[in-house]
Amino acid sequence: MGQKVDALMGWVDDRFPLTKMWQEHLSEYYAPKNFNFWYFFGSLALLVLVIQIVSGIFLAMFYKPDTALAFQSVEMSIMRDVEWGWLIRYMHSTGASAFFIVVYLHMFRGLIYGSYKQPRELIWILGVLIYLVLMAEGFMGYLLPWGQMSFWGAQVILSLVGAIPFVGEDIGVWVRGDFVIGDATLNRFFSLHIIALPLVLLGLVVAHIIALHEVGSNNPDGVEIKKNKDENGIPKDGIPFHPYYSVKDIVGVIVFLMFFSIVVFFMPEMGGYFLEHANFEPADPLKTPEHIAPVWYFTPFYSVLRAVPDKLGGVIAMGGAIVVLFFLPWLDRNPVKSWRYRSRMFTVLVALFVISFVILGYLGMKAPTDLFTWIARVCTIYYFAFFLLMPFYTKMEKNKPVPERVTMK
Amino acid sequence: MKKFILALVVTFIPAVVLAAGGGAPLKSADIDIDDKASLQRGAKVFTDYCLSCHGAKFVRFNRVAEDLGLTEEQVMKNLNHLGGKFGSPMETAMSKAYAKEAFGAAPPDLSLVARSRGVDWLYTYLTGFYVDNNRPMGFNNVVFKDVGMPNVFWKLQGDQQPKYQGEGDHRVVVGVESATGGTMSNEEFDTMARDLVAFLDYIGEPRKSERKSLGIWVLAFLFFFAIVAYAMKKEYWKDVH
Repeated sequence: MGQKVDALMGWVDDRFPLTKMWQEHLSEYYAPKNFNFWYFFGSLALLVLVIQIVSGIFLAMFYKPDTALAFQSVEMSIMRDVEWGWLIRYMHSTGASAFFIVVYLHMFRGLIYGSYKQPRELIWILGVLIYLVLMAEGFMGYLLPWGQMSFWGAQVILSLVGAIPFVGEDIGVWVRGDFVIGDATLNRFFSLHIIALPLVLLGLVVAHIIALHEVGSNNPDGVEIKKNKDENGIPKDGIPFHPYYSVKDIVGVIVFLMFFSIVVFFMPEMGGYFLEHANFEPADPLKTPEHIAPVWYFTPFYSVLRAVPDKLGGVIAMGGAIVVLFFLPWLDRNPVKSWRYRSRMFTVLVALFVISFVILGYLGMKAPTDLFTWIARVCTIYYFAFFLLMPFYTKMEKNKPVPERVTMK
Repeated sequence: MKKFILALVVTFIPAVVLAAGGGAPLKSADIDIDDKASLQRGAKVFTDYCLSCHGAKFVRFNRVAEDLGLTEEQVMKNLNHLGGKFGSPMETAMSKAYAKEAFGAAPPDLSLVARSRGVDWLYTYLTGFYVDNNRPMGFNNVVFKDVGMPNVFWKLQGDQQPKYQGEGDHRVVVGVESATGGTMSNEEFDTMARDLVAFLDYIGEPRKSERKSLGIWVLAFLFFFAIVAYAMKKEYWKDVH
């Protein structure tokens, strides 16, 4: 039996590098042994991607991208008539928010341990691209249930295109396929949401992982494990991804699934944050809701948009808030990667950055008042200052000595 | 700085949800969608009173029968007044054009009203009609100012008078005095309103009870699986130092 399996594997390996790929990416991919809590979120993002694709395939079997039928196909067919349709829909709607939660935590990990620094700049850039595509996915997917918030949220965001001088209005019509958000818009968003963007997303994810496995993983100490190899050329502080991290990530997956299930089974609306209350009313182009707020994962950038008094300026600031992320590897001039061995100042600045990002996110859900706008402005200025002043303050940091080998803290 | 701290504090106090129009504080609906008897009574009130003007077009009679433990005969006799098929949705008897003429706006479909408005809002709304002679129907509502809907329960409930706070132009309705002159006692009417809200909550998401009871099993399984997976991880990792 065993011999036959070996023969079959040999036959395949002569024609396709199956064993080679298995070794390169799993059984002989040496990852640092000191990964901590923050290193669960990469594999979790992959898990959520699979959840979204599989649940999405089933939803697309019953969903109808037609303004006259869309709301009913979700709220009657999928939620009531299709067996287990409600569960598949809640997995998909919860998955969308879960995707952003794990991706935000994954990005935070990169920030504190300097995972974007040389030689991992491309991994970071590919990651920011993934984040961008994910935002487009979330935005277009949110239109599909054709509820009040779907319609008016998209209306607000697409109207921003109109802020572009001279050609803005025409581009807006081109994007919508109509003068208002209508059937043409819904159809193309459906197409982009279920085919074009997932294809791009998968390609980027594969590139992200290949680039990672080319240079090797960073770790909480920011020490390159490839600098210390044993006589066989294996990093002394490295352990094979499989079985060590595969068994460890399974624990992470189950704990994640517990939180995921709590939302899916007990609070699928998450108090109106994952599924907004107003979205249980069908889209009505003649009835503007009193308060329009994007879903929570866009609200920090929505706050930045509103913080700038000028519409075009706001759009530029919002775009800039994401574009600036691409330059992070070159904005940070400190050669030390991990915040463990950087100055106390850097830790404080990162903490303030997280606080201002969360405040921006919160304010983006609220109706603007004078006070809120003022706070949003302070946070927006801090957001940009954190990145744009990096070339200066990262040079002044007093670093601590970096150890030769990784530590098991 | 003090102002800033105050702003932060205010910002992070969970916002009190105020639904459209009128700002009276919401009363807790305190319903139990697992109480089948309550849902059955609510279904009767819903089909007798609401369905004349509102529809619940996503809700099928046979689904209600199955979930509420009613027979086809009971549903066809007591709930399905229009005499449509057992598997048909709860459509309203009133045409949209007529409804618009009579009330100014077509009464909304109620399939999902519990999810868009919330059960506390519905309960406060249904029990919050008061006499207002400036309105065409003679009624106003504590949480939905100048609502087009009349108080369909006025015979049962009797009349309620508004309770005000503030003076002059700043006078706002904050609640109602208890009703007088109805055919039901206040307690009976209250129970009826809760039954109706429970039914609306049920039709908003018919699988809610099933979802929660299934969730317990899923979590129990994951919890058990987590212990096994953690033990496996420990075993594999014992030689990593």
